[in-house]
Amino acid sequence: MTDKREWPLWEIFIRGQHGASHRHVGSLHAPDAEMAILNARDVYTRRKEGVSIWAVPANAIAASSPSKKGPMYDPAEDKAYRHPTFFDIPKDVGPM
Amino acid sequence: MYAQMVKSEGPKDQDDPTKLAEFQARIDAGEKIEPKDWMPEGYRKTLIRQIGQHAHSEIVGQLPEGNWITRAPTLERKAILLAKVQDEAGHGLYLYCAAETLGVSRDEMTEMLLDGRMKYSSIFAYPTLTWADMGAVGWLVDGAAIMNQVPLQRTSFGPYSRAMIRVCKEESFHQRQGFDIMMKMCAGSPAQKQMAQDALNRFWYPALMMFGPSDKDSVHSSQSMAWKIKMNTNDELRQKFVDQTVPQAEYLGLTVPDDTLAWNEEKGGYDFAEPDWDEFFEVLKGNGPCSVDRIATRKKAWDDGAWVRDGLMAHAEKARAAKVAAE
Repeated sequence: MTDKREWPLWEIFIRGQHGASHRHVGSLHAPDAEMAILNARDVYTRRKEGVSIWAVPANAIAASSPSKKGPMYDPAEDKAYRHPTFFDIPKDVGPM
Repeated sequence: MYAQMVKSEGPKDQDDPTKLAEFQARIDAGEKIEPKDWMPEGYRKTLIRQIGQHAHSEIVGQLPEGNWITRAPTLERKAILLAKVQDEAGHGLYLYCAAETLGVSRDEMTEMLLDGRMKYSSIFAYPTLTWADMGAVGWLVDGAAIMNQVPLQRTSFGPYSRAMIRVCKEESFHQRQGFDIMMKMCAGSPAQKQMAQDALNRFWYPALMMFGPSDKDSVHSSQSMAWKIKMNTNDELRQKFVDQTVPQAEYLGLTVPDDTLAWNEEKGGYDFAEPDWDEFFEVLKGNGPCSVDRIATRKKAWDDGAWVRDGLMAHAEKARAAKVAAE
Protein backbone atom coordinates (compact mmCIF):
# COMPACT_ATOMS: atom_id res chain seq x y z
CA MET A 1 0.00 0.00 0.00
CA THR A 2 1.86 2.98 -1.30
CA ASP A 3 0.99 6.58 -0.64
CA LYS A 4 -2.54 7.49 0.31
CA ARG A 5 -3.77 9.54 -2.61
CA GLU A 6 -7.23 8.25 -3.40
CA TRP A 7 -8.88 8.85 -6.75
CA PRO A 8 -11.33 11.73 -6.48
CA LEU A 9 -15.09 11.16 -6.37
CA TRP A 10 -17.32 11.98 -9.35
CA GLU A 11 -21.09 12.22 -9.47
CA ILE A 12 -22.55 10.54 -12.54
CA PHE A 13 -25.59 11.73 -14.49
CA ILE A 14 -27.09 9.75 -17.35
CA ARG A 15 -29.65 10.58 -19.99
CA GLY A 16 -31.89 7.62 -20.82
CA GLN A 17 -33.09 6.57 -24.23
CA HIS A 18 -36.13 8.75 -24.52
CA GLY A 19 -34.88 12.28 -24.47
CA ALA A 20 -35.42 12.96 -20.77
CA SER A 21 -32.99 15.07 -18.73
CA HIS A 22 -29.75 13.66 -17.39
CA ARG A 23 -30.49 12.01 -14.07
CA HIS A 24 -28.19 11.40 -11.14
CA VAL A 25 -27.45 7.68 -10.91
CA GLY A 26 -24.65 7.49 -8.36
CA SER A 27 -20.99 8.19 -7.91
CA LEU A 28 -17.62 6.61 -8.58
CA HIS A 29 -13.89 7.18 -8.23
CA ALA A 30 -11.64 8.03 -11.15
CA PRO A 31 -8.34 9.87 -11.62
CA ASP A 32 -9.70 12.26 -14.27
CA ALA A 33 -12.81 13.15 -16.26
CA GLU A 34 -12.03 10.87 -19.16
CA MET A 35 -11.65 7.84 -16.89
CA ALA A 36 -14.74 8.88 -14.93
CA ILE A 37 -16.81 8.66 -18.10
CA LEU A 38 -15.27 5.33 -19.11
CA ASN A 39 -15.85 3.91 -15.64
CA ALA A 40 -19.40 5.26 -15.63
CA ARG A 41 -20.03 3.41 -18.87
CA ASP A 42 -19.01 0.14 -17.18
CA VAL A 43 -20.65 0.76 -13.81
CA TYR A 44 -23.92 2.43 -14.79
CA THR A 45 -24.79 1.48 -18.39
CA ARG A 46 -24.18 -2.26 -18.65
CA ARG A 47 -27.76 -2.70 -19.87
CA LYS A 48 -28.06 0.23 -22.25
CA GLU A 49 -29.47 2.49 -19.54
CA GLY A 50 -28.40 5.64 -21.34
CA VAL A 51 -27.17 7.51 -24.37
CA SER A 52 -25.20 10.31 -22.69
CA ILE A 53 -23.06 10.55 -19.55
CA TRP A 54 -22.08 13.57 -17.48
CA ALA A 55 -19.34 13.25 -14.86
CA VAL A 56 -19.08 16.07 -12.32
CA PRO A 57 -16.41 16.34 -9.60
CA ALA A 58 -18.35 15.67 -6.38
CA ASN A 59 -16.66 18.62 -4.63
CA ALA A 60 -17.97 20.99 -7.33
CA ILE A 61 -21.58 20.41 -6.34
CA ALA A 62 -23.25 22.98 -4.12
CA ALA A 63 -26.15 21.60 -2.11
CA SER A 64 -28.96 23.11 -0.08
CA SER A 65 -28.75 22.45 3.63
CA PRO A 66 -31.14 19.83 5.04
CA SER A 67 -31.56 21.91 8.22
CA LYS A 68 -33.00 24.80 6.20
CA LYS A 69 -35.79 22.69 4.70
CA GLY A 70 -38.45 24.81 6.40
CA PRO A 71 -37.46 28.31 5.22
CA MET A 72 -36.62 26.95 1.76
CA TYR A 73 -39.76 25.04 0.89
CA ASP A 74 -42.53 26.10 3.27
CA PRO A 75 -43.42 29.26 1.30
CA ALA A 76 -44.83 27.06 -1.49
CA GLU A 77 -47.15 25.29 0.91
CA ASP A 78 -50.04 27.80 0.88
CA LYS A 79 -49.97 28.39 -2.87
CA ALA A 80 -52.23 25.61 -4.02
CA TYR A 81 -53.47 27.94 -6.79
CA ARG A 82 -50.26 27.16 -8.65
CA HIS A 83 -51.77 23.78 -9.52
CA PRO A 84 -54.46 23.49 -12.22
CA THR A 85 -56.62 21.34 -9.95
CA PHE A 86 -57.19 24.40 -7.72
CA PHE A 87 -59.73 25.72 -10.20
CA ASP A 88 -63.13 24.09 -10.68
CA ILE A 89 -64.17 24.37 -14.29
CA PRO A 90 -67.80 23.35 -14.98
CA LYS A 91 -68.24 20.15 -16.98
CA ASP A 92 -70.26 22.08 -19.59
CA VAL A 93 -67.17 23.99 -20.60
CA GLY A 94 -65.63 20.81 -21.97
CA PRO A 95 -62.01 19.75 -21.81
CA MET A 96 -59.53 22.42 -20.66
CA MET B 1 -26.86 -12.64 4.51
CA TYR B 2 -24.27 -10.68 2.60
CA ALA B 3 -24.02 -8.84 5.89
CA GLN B 4 -24.06 -11.26 8.80
CA MET B 5 -23.67 -10.67 12.51
CA VAL B 6 -23.25 -6.95 12.01
CA LYS B 7 -22.42 -5.54 15.41
CA SER B 8 -24.97 -2.85 16.08
CA GLU B 9 -24.57 0.16 18.29
CA GLY B 10 -27.52 1.71 19.99
CA PRO B 11 -27.99 5.36 20.89
CA LYS B 12 -25.19 6.86 22.97
CA ASP B 13 -25.37 8.99 26.08
CA GLN B 14 -24.13 12.01 24.16
CA ASP B 15 -27.03 11.76 21.68
CA ASP B 16 -29.57 14.51 22.32
CA PRO B 17 -32.83 12.75 23.40
CA THR B 18 -35.02 15.24 21.51
CA LYS B 19 -33.06 14.74 18.32
CA LEU B 20 -33.15 10.96 18.83
CA ALA B 21 -36.92 11.02 19.16
CA GLU B 22 -37.29 13.19 16.05
CA PHE B 23 -34.97 10.86 14.18
CA GLN B 24 -36.98 7.78 15.16
CA ALA B 25 -40.20 9.56 14.21
CA ARG B 26 -38.86 10.29 10.74
CA ILE B 27 -37.94 6.62 10.28
CA ASP B 28 -41.31 5.46 11.61
CA ALA B 29 -43.01 7.82 9.14
CA GLY B 30 -41.12 6.12 6.30
CA GLU B 31 -38.90 9.11 5.52
CA LYS B 32 -35.45 8.45 4.10
CA ILE B 33 -32.42 9.60 6.04
CA GLU B 34 -29.90 11.35 3.80
CA PRO B 35 -26.14 11.64 4.41
CA LYS B 36 -26.16 15.26 5.62
CA ASP B 37 -29.16 14.80 7.94
CA TRP B 38 -28.59 14.47 11.66
CA MET B 39 -28.19 10.82 12.69
CA PRO B 40 -27.11 9.06 15.87
CA GLU B 41 -23.49 7.95 15.83
CA GLY B 42 -24.64 4.35 16.40
CA TYR B 43 -26.79 4.44 13.27
CA ARG B 44 -23.87 5.76 11.22
CA LYS B 45 -21.40 3.21 12.57
CA THR B 46 -23.72 0.23 12.21
CA LEU B 47 -24.51 1.22 8.64
CA ILE B 48 -20.84 1.56 7.70
CA ARG B 49 -20.26 -1.96 9.02
CA GLN B 50 -23.30 -3.40 7.31
CA ILE B 51 -22.96 -1.69 3.92
CA GLY B 52 -19.19 -2.25 3.97
CA GLN B 53 -19.64 -5.95 4.68
CA HIS B 54 -22.24 -6.15 1.96
CA ALA B 55 -19.87 -4.44 -0.51
CA HIS B 56 -16.95 -6.70 0.43
CA SER B 57 -19.19 -9.73 -0.11
CA GLU B 58 -19.96 -8.60 -3.65
CA ILE B 59 -16.27 -8.17 -4.40
CA VAL B 60 -15.00 -11.36 -2.73
CA GLY B 61 -18.03 -13.11 -4.23
CA GLN B 62 -16.48 -12.66 -7.67
CA LEU B 63 -13.73 -15.12 -6.78
CA PRO B 64 -15.60 -18.45 -6.53
CA GLU B 65 -17.28 -17.74 -9.88
CA GLY B 66 -14.24 -16.20 -11.51
CA ASN B 67 -12.69 -19.61 -10.87
CA TRP B 68 -14.86 -21.04 -13.68
CA ILE B 69 -14.79 -18.33 -16.34
CA THR B 70 -11.91 -19.89 -18.26
CA ARG B 71 -13.46 -23.34 -17.96
CA ALA B 72 -17.09 -22.63 -18.84
CA PRO B 73 -18.48 -25.40 -21.06
CA THR B 74 -19.57 -23.17 -23.96
CA LEU B 75 -18.77 -19.71 -25.25
CA GLU B 76 -22.29 -18.57 -24.37
CA ARG B 77 -22.00 -19.80 -20.78
CA LYS B 78 -18.66 -18.07 -20.54
CA ALA B 79 -20.09 -14.75 -21.78
CA ILE B 80 -23.01 -15.07 -19.32
CA LEU B 81 -20.73 -15.85 -16.40
CA LEU B 82 -18.44 -12.94 -17.30
CA ALA B 83 -21.45 -10.61 -17.36
CA LYS B 84 -22.60 -11.90 -13.99
CA VAL B 85 -19.20 -11.49 -12.37
CA GLN B 86 -18.96 -7.99 -13.84
CA ASP B 87 -22.34 -7.20 -12.26
CA GLU B 88 -20.97 -8.28 -8.88
CA ALA B 89 -18.14 -5.77 -9.27
CA GLY B 90 -20.74 -3.12 -10.09
CA HIS B 91 -22.80 -4.05 -7.04
CA GLY B 92 -19.72 -3.73 -4.87
CA LEU B 93 -19.09 -0.25 -6.27
CA TYR B 94 -22.68 0.94 -5.72
CA LEU B 95 -22.42 -0.20 -2.12
CA TYR B 96 -18.97 1.28 -1.44
CA CYS B 97 -20.29 4.62 -2.70
CA ALA B 98 -23.31 4.35 -0.41
CA ALA B 99 -21.01 3.65 2.56
CA GLU B 100 -18.70 6.51 1.59
CA THR B 101 -21.52 9.02 2.09
CA LEU B 102 -21.22 8.14 5.80
CA GLY B 103 -17.67 9.42 6.03
CA VAL B 104 -15.46 6.41 5.37
CA SER B 105 -13.45 6.01 2.17
CA ARG B 106 -13.44 3.02 -0.13
CA ASP B 107 -9.70 2.57 0.27
CA GLU B 108 -10.07 2.56 4.06
CA MET B 109 -12.79 -0.09 3.81
CA THR B 110 -10.63 -2.19 1.50
CA GLU B 111 -7.77 -2.03 3.96
CA MET B 112 -10.10 -3.03 6.78
CA LEU B 113 -11.19 -6.07 4.77
CA LEU B 114 -7.61 -7.06 4.05
CA ASP B 115 -6.43 -6.77 7.65
CA GLY B 116 -9.49 -8.60 9.00
CA ARG B 117 -11.25 -5.69 10.72
CA MET B 118 -14.18 -6.03 8.32
CA LYS B 119 -15.84 -9.23 7.14
CA TYR B 120 -17.54 -10.67 4.09
CA SER B 121 -20.31 -13.24 3.84
CA SER B 122 -19.48 -16.75 5.06
CA ILE B 123 -20.78 -18.25 1.83
CA PHE B 124 -17.79 -17.11 -0.19
CA ALA B 125 -15.36 -19.03 1.98
CA TYR B 126 -16.56 -22.24 0.32
CA PRO B 127 -14.92 -23.66 -2.82
CA THR B 128 -16.54 -24.12 -6.24
CA LEU B 129 -15.39 -27.57 -7.27
CA THR B 130 -17.37 -28.34 -10.43
CA TRP B 131 -19.27 -26.49 -13.15
CA ALA B 132 -22.51 -27.48 -11.41
CA ASP B 133 -21.44 -25.22 -8.56
CA MET B 134 -21.97 -22.24 -10.91
CA GLY B 135 -25.57 -23.40 -11.15
CA ALA B 136 -25.94 -23.91 -7.41
CA VAL B 137 -24.35 -20.56 -6.56
CA GLY B 138 -26.65 -18.62 -8.90
CA TRP B 139 -29.74 -20.53 -7.86
CA LEU B 140 -29.16 -20.75 -4.10
CA VAL B 141 -26.69 -18.00 -3.17
CA ASP B 142 -28.16 -15.30 -5.37
CA GLY B 143 -31.61 -16.60 -4.49
CA ALA B 144 -30.85 -16.12 -0.80
CA ALA B 145 -29.35 -12.70 -1.48
CA ILE B 146 -32.52 -11.59 -3.28
CA MET B 147 -34.63 -12.63 -0.25
CA ASN B 148 -32.69 -10.13 1.81
CA GLN B 149 -32.09 -7.40 -0.73
CA VAL B 150 -35.68 -6.97 -1.89
CA PRO B 151 -36.90 -5.75 1.53
CA LEU B 152 -33.70 -3.70 1.96
CA GLN B 153 -34.87 -1.49 -0.92
CA ARG B 154 -37.10 0.04 1.78
CA THR B 155 -34.28 0.60 4.27
CA SER B 156 -34.23 3.99 5.99
CA PHE B 157 -30.88 5.21 4.66
CA GLY B 158 -31.41 6.84 1.26
CA PRO B 159 -28.12 5.94 -0.48
CA TYR B 160 -28.33 2.31 0.72
CA SER B 161 -31.92 2.02 -0.43
CA ARG B 162 -31.07 3.43 -3.87
CA ALA B 163 -28.10 1.06 -4.22
CA MET B 164 -30.37 -1.87 -3.33
CA ILE B 165 -32.94 -0.85 -5.93
CA ARG B 166 -30.21 -0.87 -8.57
CA VAL B 167 -28.81 -4.20 -7.35
CA CYS B 168 -32.24 -5.87 -7.27
CA LYS B 169 -32.92 -4.88 -10.87
CA GLU B 170 -29.89 -6.90 -11.91
CA GLU B 171 -29.95 -9.76 -9.42
CA SER B 172 -32.80 -11.74 -10.92
CA PHE B 173 -30.67 -12.46 -14.00
CA HIS B 174 -28.10 -14.02 -11.67
CA GLN B 175 -30.51 -16.43 -10.07
CA ARG B 176 -32.13 -17.41 -13.35
CA GLN B 177 -28.87 -18.13 -15.12
CA GLY B 178 -27.96 -20.39 -12.18
CA PHE B 179 -31.25 -22.24 -12.31
CA ASP B 180 -30.84 -22.58 -16.07
CA ILE B 181 -27.48 -24.32 -15.54
CA MET B 182 -29.12 -26.64 -12.98
CA MET B 183 -31.98 -27.48 -15.38
CA LYS B 184 -29.55 -28.29 -18.15
CA MET B 185 -27.46 -30.55 -15.94
CA CYS B 186 -30.47 -32.29 -14.43
CA ALA B 187 -31.75 -33.07 -17.93
CA GLY B 188 -28.33 -34.40 -18.95
CA SER B 189 -26.54 -37.69 -18.39
CA PRO B 190 -26.78 -39.48 -15.01
CA ALA B 191 -23.25 -38.26 -14.27
CA GLN B 192 -24.25 -34.63 -14.96
CA LYS B 193 -27.34 -34.95 -12.79
CA GLN B 194 -25.15 -36.41 -10.05
CA MET B 195 -22.90 -33.35 -10.30
CA ALA B 196 -25.93 -31.11 -9.82
CA GLN B 197 -27.02 -33.15 -6.79
CA ASP B 198 -23.53 -32.97 -5.33
CA ALA B 199 -23.49 -29.18 -5.76
CA LEU B 200 -26.85 -28.88 -3.97
CA ASN B 201 -25.55 -31.15 -1.19
CA ARG B 202 -22.55 -28.93 -0.60
CA PHE B 203 -24.27 -25.54 -0.93
CA TRP B 204 -27.56 -26.17 0.88
CA TYR B 205 -26.39 -25.60 4.45
CA PRO B 206 -23.92 -22.82 3.64
CA ALA B 207 -26.80 -21.07 1.82
CA LEU B 208 -28.99 -21.39 4.95
CA MET B 209 -26.16 -19.87 7.00
CA MET B 210 -26.22 -16.75 4.85
CA PHE B 211 -29.19 -15.45 6.81
CA GLY B 212 -27.15 -15.40 10.02
CA PRO B 213 -27.73 -17.16 13.33
CA SER B 214 -31.12 -18.05 14.70
CA ASP B 215 -33.16 -15.14 16.08
CA LYS B 216 -32.72 -16.41 19.62
CA ASP B 217 -28.94 -16.03 19.24
CA SER B 218 -29.03 -12.87 17.18
CA VAL B 219 -28.12 -10.11 19.56
CA HIS B 220 -27.98 -7.23 17.09
CA SER B 221 -31.41 -7.38 15.53
CA SER B 222 -33.76 -5.23 17.55
CA GLN B 223 -31.99 -1.86 17.31
CA SER B 224 -31.27 -2.39 13.62
CA MET B 225 -34.89 -3.28 12.98
CA ALA B 226 -36.13 -0.19 14.82
CA TRP B 227 -33.85 1.92 12.64
CA LYS B 228 -34.94 0.02 9.51
CA ILE B 229 -31.40 -1.03 8.72
CA LYS B 230 -32.60 -4.60 8.94
CA MET B 231 -36.07 -5.29 7.64
CA ASN B 232 -36.75 -8.92 8.64
CA THR B 233 -35.39 -11.33 11.22
CA ASN B 234 -32.89 -13.99 10.16
CA ASP B 235 -35.34 -16.83 10.79
CA GLU B 236 -38.15 -15.18 8.84
CA LEU B 237 -35.98 -14.86 5.76
CA ARG B 238 -34.51 -18.36 6.12
CA GLN B 239 -38.01 -19.85 6.31
CA LYS B 240 -39.08 -17.91 3.23
CA PHE B 241 -36.02 -19.11 1.35
CA VAL B 242 -36.63 -22.77 2.22
CA ASP B 243 -40.31 -22.52 1.30
CA GLN B 244 -39.43 -21.05 -2.07
CA THR B 245 -36.48 -23.30 -2.86
CA VAL B 246 -37.74 -26.78 -1.96
CA PRO B 247 -40.35 -26.90 -4.77
CA GLN B 248 -37.65 -25.71 -7.20
CA ALA B 249 -35.41 -28.60 -6.11
CA GLU B 250 -38.35 -30.96 -6.65
CA TYR B 251 -38.83 -29.55 -10.12
CA LEU B 252 -35.20 -30.33 -10.87
CA GLY B 253 -35.63 -33.85 -9.48
CA LEU B 254 -32.97 -33.19 -6.84
CA THR B 255 -33.07 -34.13 -3.17
CA VAL B 256 -32.52 -31.49 -0.51
CA PRO B 257 -29.89 -33.00 1.83
CA ASP B 258 -32.10 -32.89 4.92
CA ASP B 259 -33.88 -36.03 6.20
CA THR B 260 -36.03 -33.99 8.53
CA LEU B 261 -37.43 -31.75 5.80
CA ALA B 262 -41.24 -31.94 5.92
CA TRP B 263 -44.17 -29.71 5.05
CA ASN B 264 -45.84 -28.34 8.16
CA GLU B 265 -49.47 -27.65 7.33
CA GLU B 266 -50.06 -25.76 10.53
CA LYS B 267 -47.42 -23.11 9.99
CA GLY B 268 -47.79 -23.22 6.20
CA GLY B 269 -44.08 -23.77 5.71
CA TYR B 270 -41.43 -26.45 5.80
CA ASP B 271 -39.78 -27.78 8.93
CA PHE B 272 -36.08 -28.11 8.23
CA ALA B 273 -32.77 -28.82 9.95
CA GLU B 274 -30.61 -25.94 11.11
CA PRO B 275 -27.13 -25.68 9.66
CA ASP B 276 -24.11 -26.43 11.85
CA TRP B 277 -23.71 -23.12 13.67
CA ASP B 278 -20.29 -24.05 15.05
CA GLU B 279 -19.09 -24.31 11.47
CA PHE B 280 -20.67 -20.93 10.70
CA PHE B 281 -18.88 -19.19 13.56
CA GLU B 282 -15.58 -20.78 12.53
CA VAL B 283 -16.02 -19.58 8.95
CA LEU B 284 -16.87 -16.10 10.15
CA LYS B 285 -13.69 -16.07 12.23
CA GLY B 286 -11.74 -16.69 9.03
CA ASN B 287 -11.41 -20.47 9.31
CA GLY B 288 -13.50 -21.46 6.28
CA PRO B 289 -12.12 -23.80 3.63
CA CYS B 290 -11.09 -20.91 1.33
CA SER B 291 -10.86 -18.00 3.80
CA VAL B 292 -7.09 -17.63 3.65
CA ASP B 293 -7.04 -17.91 -0.12
CA ARG B 294 -9.82 -15.34 -0.62
CA ILE B 295 -8.10 -12.63 1.39
CA ALA B 296 -4.69 -13.48 -0.08
CA THR B 297 -6.16 -13.09 -3.58
CA ARG B 298 -7.75 -9.75 -2.74
CA LYS B 299 -4.54 -8.54 -1.11
CA LYS B 300 -2.49 -9.51 -4.14
CA ALA B 301 -4.91 -7.68 -6.45
CA TRP B 302 -4.77 -4.60 -4.21
CA ASP B 303 -0.96 -4.60 -3.94
CA ASP B 304 -0.35 -5.44 -7.59
CA GLY B 305 -2.78 -2.72 -8.65
CA ALA B 306 -1.11 0.01 -6.58
CA TRP B 307 1.17 1.17 -9.40
CA VAL B 308 -1.81 1.46 -11.73
CA ARG B 309 -3.79 3.55 -9.26
CA ASP B 310 -0.80 5.77 -8.57
CA GLY B 311 0.22 5.96 -12.22
CA LEU B 312 -3.20 7.07 -13.42
CA MET B 313 -3.36 9.67 -10.66
CA ALA B 314 0.10 11.00 -11.54
CA HIS B 315 -0.87 11.12 -15.22
CA ALA B 316 -4.07 13.01 -14.42
CA GLU B 317 -2.17 15.56 -12.33
CA LYS B 318 0.48 16.03 -14.99
CA ALA B 319 -2.16 16.51 -17.70
CA ARG B 320 -3.97 19.03 -15.51
CA ALA B 321 -0.77 20.98 -14.86
CA ALA B 322 0.06 20.99 -18.58
CA LYS B 323 -3.40 22.29 -19.40
CA VAL B 324 -3.10 25.08 -16.85
CA ALA B 325 0.35 26.00 -18.22
CA ALA B 326 -1.04 26.16 -21.76
CA GLU B 327 -3.85 28.54 -20.80
